Amino acid sequence: MTQGQYVAAAYGAVFVFVLVYVAIIAAKLARLQRETAELLELARSRERLDRVPDYAAPVRGSREGATGTE
Amino acid sequence: MGLALVLALIVVAEDQDQGVSQRIFYIHVPIALTAYFCFGLGAWKALLLLWRGEERYDLESYVAIHQGTIFGALTLITGSIWAKASWGHWWLWSENQLVLFLVLFLFYCAYFMLRFSLEEGSRRARSSAVYALFGVVLIPVSFLAIRLAENLIHPTVFTREGPQMSGSMFATFCIAWAAVTLLAYVLYRVELAGKRLDADLRELREVLQ
Repeated sequence: MTQGQYVAAAYGAVFVFVLVYVAIIAAKLARLQRETAELLELARSRERLDRVPDYAAPVRGSREGATGTE
Repeated sequence: MGLALVLALIVVAEDQDQGVSQRIFYIHVPIALTAYFCFGLGAWKALLLLWRGEERYDLESYVAIHQGTIFGALTLITGSIWAKASWGHWWLWSENQLVLFLVLFLFYCAYFMLRFSLEEGSRRARSSAVYALFGVVLIPVSFLAIRLAENLIHPTVFTREGPQMSGSMFATFCIAWAAVTLLAYVLYRVELAGKRLDADLRELREVLQ
């Protein structure tokens, strides 16, 4: 190997290391983004489930009351 | 970083003694100094954890040591390539400064083994912090070994009389050092933000499920 090739190898090694590191970070960020979306969906479904009983209870009660008077 | 690369590889004059292989100096030395700085920062954060007991310092110490290990590995790789180009050997076990840097690097590699062998919690944080503090003792030893070495195969550029290089070489070195430090800082912030986000999401998942 020539001296110039050694220089290229040294700078290339640093470049490859940084590139691999950035790729790992990018993959991790993508995973975090996916997990955030999953949790958001989970929170929304929870919110929908929590709303149903609050809404249903008075309706059921008013219907029963209505049938009772008839 | 781009400016540093252009200056180091194209603009700055070739060294009369070592020739073109001396250009590795502009990447090897800044990376080595950044590795020392990261290990020192990790130890400082570990000290803060033990002193103040704030949990966030554990993650900051871990990320700094992780960065130091990455830059340490790069120091060994670029140093070996430079050694082969200049001295004709990839590695010399007789050179104290090389072996001491390898010891420092392996010591901090073992930090991860210790950390991941313990369960998450305050015990792990404190054990890791104490280990990180022990390692900081090796930094001045490794740094001074380059100056105290008897056979002086490893070049000593910065002496008491100042840097032993021309003004343009020194300016290139300073720009390269600033670029590598900035790169390390950005990587540190990104990794730290990722780890914090990961921890927050794990906690949020536990709350929701």
